[in-house]
Formats: sequence, structure tokens, C-alpha cells
Amino acid sequence: MPSILVYAELSEGKVATTSLELMTKARELGDVYAVALGAGAKTAASTLGKHGAKVVHVSEDSAFDDYVAEPATDALASLYEKEKPDLILFGFTPDSREVAGRLAARLGAGLISNALDVVAKDGGFVAQVPYFGGAKVASMKANGKPAIVLIRPKSFEASAKGGTAEVKQLDVKVGDGSKRAHIAERVVEASEKVKLEEARIVISGGRGMGGPQNFPLLEELANALGGAVGASRAVVDAGWVPYSMQVGQTGKSVRPGVYIAVGISGAMQHTVGMKTSKIIIAINKDAEAPIMKMADLGVVGDALKIVPALTAAVKAKKNG
Amino acid sequence: MKIVVTVKQVPDPNSNLTLEADNTISREKEVVLDPGDECGVEEGLQLKEAHGGEVILVSMGPERAKDAIRKGLSMGADRGVLISDASLAGADALLTARVLAAAIKQEEPDLVICATESYDGSTGMVPPMLAELLGFPQLTFAKKVEVDGSTVKVHRQTADGYQVVEASTPALITVTAAIAEPRYASLKGIMAARSKEIKQVAASELGVEKGQPAETIEGVVEAEARKAGEVIEDDGSAVEKIVQVLAAAKVL
Repeated sequence: MPSILVYAELSEGKVATTSLELMTKARELGDVYAVALGAGAKTAASTLGKHGAKVVHVSEDSAFDDYVAEPATDALASLYEKEKPDLILFGFTPDSREVAGRLAARLGAGLISNALDVVAKDGGFVAQVPYFGGAKVASMKANGKPAIVLIRPKSFEASAKGGTAEVKQLDVKVGDGSKRAHIAERVVEASEKVKLEEARIVISGGRGMGGPQNFPLLEELANALGGAVGASRAVVDAGWVPYSMQVGQTGKSVRPGVYIAVGISGAMQHTVGMKTSKIIIAINKDAEAPIMKMADLGVVGDALKIVPALTAAVKAKKNG
Repeated sequence: MKIVVTVKQVPDPNSNLTLEADNTISREKEVVLDPGDECGVEEGLQLKEAHGGEVILVSMGPERAKDAIRKGLSMGADRGVLISDASLAGADALLTARVLAAAIKQEEPDLVICATESYDGSTGMVPPMLAELLGFPQLTFAKKVEVDGSTVKVHRQTADGYQVVEASTPALITVTAAIAEPRYASLKGIMAARSKEIKQVAASELGVEKGQPAETIEGVVEAEARKAGEVIEDDGSAVEKIVQVLAAAKVL
């Protein structure tokens, strides 16, 4: 049985959903153990146990919370030397990819990033990776030892199967040399009502919204439906809305029950992050936009008129 | 302050991609300076304007990647370094990082600026690898950068806001598109760029051995496509139709 190490990312002391999704996959592939670093690691170990980890290596050293990437890289490199896992899985998230990149460089192993899936094959691992802007999928065989694969969020369903992990204290001393990029302050700007990744309904806006001044129309619709607002890369790059709202290859992956794309043409960069949504509704002036070819319902019309009317209709129906 | 900005020539994001026979993405089509790197160049120039120093563009790519460097030089960067070597074609992230690290070490910069990720690869793995190989701390996803003496401080974007992250130089930072609006090259800048130096370096001169690539492409298939549904012109009834779909999906 190959041994699989899952890097469990902690967010405010809790295991990130993305990491639990990785556990589902890791269980299929071999013997699973995990590493959890920072405040809450011990509690996280019990969650990871329920999701199939046999052993969880933990350290609650505050350096893991206070410094970017380097302390975690030290911990993983030292764990790799001891345990020699065949495969190390990371979520393709901002925090994890920084650690994965440093680790791969330190171990000289290379890695496969942005994968949709990974399977065991011929004693090694093959990952499925969106390719060619997402129009195609490439099968990539990992040549490195260990194989390091970063998997896109929402690629698997997180599911607890019950179980208890053996908790092992990770014996790693984070040296001052790794305490460099210091997180001095955390500032919360957006009071996220509904998390984009977890919303049942996502309403995303693109260039067709005309400008940032029209995004409140989407917020109002999202509030009426209990959903969250996302955006295309084009409007994030244009500075209309923050990066945290970006849906797509270089943003968040979402898989809601209903995805409403407003004024978004449907470039591959965007659709790779939302095409597994259950129902897609597109509102666009251009009947030929690529998004129309993948939407369950495409409405050709003026978004700035349709969205407020839709909000009013939703409210009327809810109150009726 | 000596600032290195890594730059990459990529297929024009507005053009259609094509595949070569060996399943690598064709680089023969229209190519441009990566739009993300334009933001990195802009930030480098702004820091130079505020603190003095030099902005050096470092790139790995074929001979014609000089055009991408020239674009950055016409914006105002001082000089360029291009590592060009046929053996580097199709290099993976780690080899790319090794090559860039070897070239950047020779410059002994105070700051290395990278885009968060490239437009074509979009994996964002080179910057952390580069930071590791240079032995630099990494300050990433910066939407704002401040330098005060030997301290660099960034606002690092997070899901719900930002973190203030600081480190001593030398350091590597990655910048998002929110950092700065890239300036247009002036005619004067374009003329000046023609006489600016672009040093060409062979990979062998850097002592970087091409090892085994991290991955081998075994095959490429079409991604699963969704089927088109119904497309309607809004004649005033579209809202009602959308409400029906929402109700059927049980979200309303």
C-alpha cells in the first residue's frame, strides 16, 4: 500500500474543507496520514481521524500561524525524511501552494499543480490536470520522489467515515532563520455573509455589469436568494471587486446548486471554476457568448434591467 | 535598491491556443509580455521612483522573448537578462525556478518581484520555489507594498480581507493585478529601450543541469463539456422564466 501524506490546512483552528476533500481521495489511494500545524492542530487531528487518517502529526507551535510558508516547509521536510511518504497531497489554495512550492524546491522533487484528480498507476501516480485553458484534460505522470500533487478545491466530496487517528507530536524546531515573513496583522474587510465556496447559489458578474457601481445589484439579488456574489477575472483585474471574489482557474472553484453568470462571456479561465455547478443560468447581451453554449438557461438581454426585476420577483415570491 | 522583476512571454490571452504534436502548448502564435508581469514591472518602477536604485528584468525563454523584455524596458526598466537555451524548451516549474534563481543570484538584488501566477500556466508555483532556492522569505499576494529601509511590508490578500506581512530584505514578493495600473510606454520610452542592454545567458553558463522533469504528459483528452440548454431573448418574460428555473432547482 502506498503511503499518502495529506497537508491539512487549518483556518482559525479548524481543518479547511479542502483538506477534508483530499482525505476522501487519499483513503482510496493508500495508507493515509496527515500533518496539522498551528493553533487547533490537536482538535484537527480528531476530525482528520474521522476522515480516515491513521496517524496525524501535530505541532501547535505559534510560528506556524505567525510566519508565511517557511516554518511549515521545515516541518514537512523533516517529516518527509522520517516517513518517506510516496505521495504528498496539498489543496490548490493560496496558503498550501506556497508551502508546496518551497517543499518541492527543497526536496528537489518537482510537483504537479492544479490537478482535478489523482490515481495510482504502475506503482506511481497519475494526475488529471486542466490543460489548454481548460478545454482539455491532460494525464500527467508524477516523476518525482515523493510525488507532490496539488488538487483543486471541490474536486471531491468531504465525507467522514468514522475512526480515530493516533496523534503524534511532531518533533520539529522552527529556527529563527524560518521566522522571516511575519504576519503582523490580520484585517477583515468583507463581512462575508455567505461564503462563496459554500453558497447554494452564486451570482457572478463580469464586464457586462458595466462597472463596479452596478455590483450592488448582484448583492441585492444574492441577499434575496441567500447566495453569494462572485466575479470574473476580467473585473477583478480591472479593480472593480477584490480578488477574493474571483471564480475561475486562478480564483475559487464553486459547485453550487445554481450559478447565475451575469455579463460574463464564459472564457475557459472562468468556466473551469464553475462548470460543475448543477444549474447554470447566463444573462448576457451577446447570444453568441461561449457561456450560452453551456448554460441550462441563457437569457439574451440587458443585465442591468433583468437583475433588479429578478430581485423584485424573488422577494415577491418569498413574501407571497 | 536593486529590484529584479521576473517576466515571461506568453501567448496573447486574447488569441486562441493551439497544441503541438507532443501535446505542449504552441508558443509560435502571437505572444505578449504576461499582463500580470506588467503589474510587477509597474510596481518595481514605482519603488525605484520612491527609493532610487535599478530595475532589472529577468526572463527565461526563446530568443524572441527579448520582445517581452523590451516591452518592460520601454515602460522604464533599466536592463534585462534573458536565459535562452534550446534545452530549456518545455521546462517545468522547478527547472524554471532553478534557472531563474541562478541568474538572479548573480544580481544580488534586494527585492525580487513576481506576478502571482502566469497567464498561460496559471499554477503560481515558480515564485515559492524561487524564494526557496534564493533563500529569501516570500511575501505573497501583495496588493500593496511599502519599503522602509531594509524592511518590506505588504498587504497580502486573503479570502476576507488582508494580512500585513513584513520581512527584512532581501525578499521575494508576488503581486496581484490590484497592485498598480501598468503605465503605457511613451514614445520616448520606446526609443530609449532600443539602446538598453539585454544580456543573453546560456543555461550551461549558470551551471544548471536539466534533471528529470516533474511530470510526463501521458495523454490529453477533451474536457467534459456541458450541453447547451435553452436560450431565450428577453422580451419581458425572462424574469418569470428564471424564477421557474430557481423554483425547480428548489432554491426558491
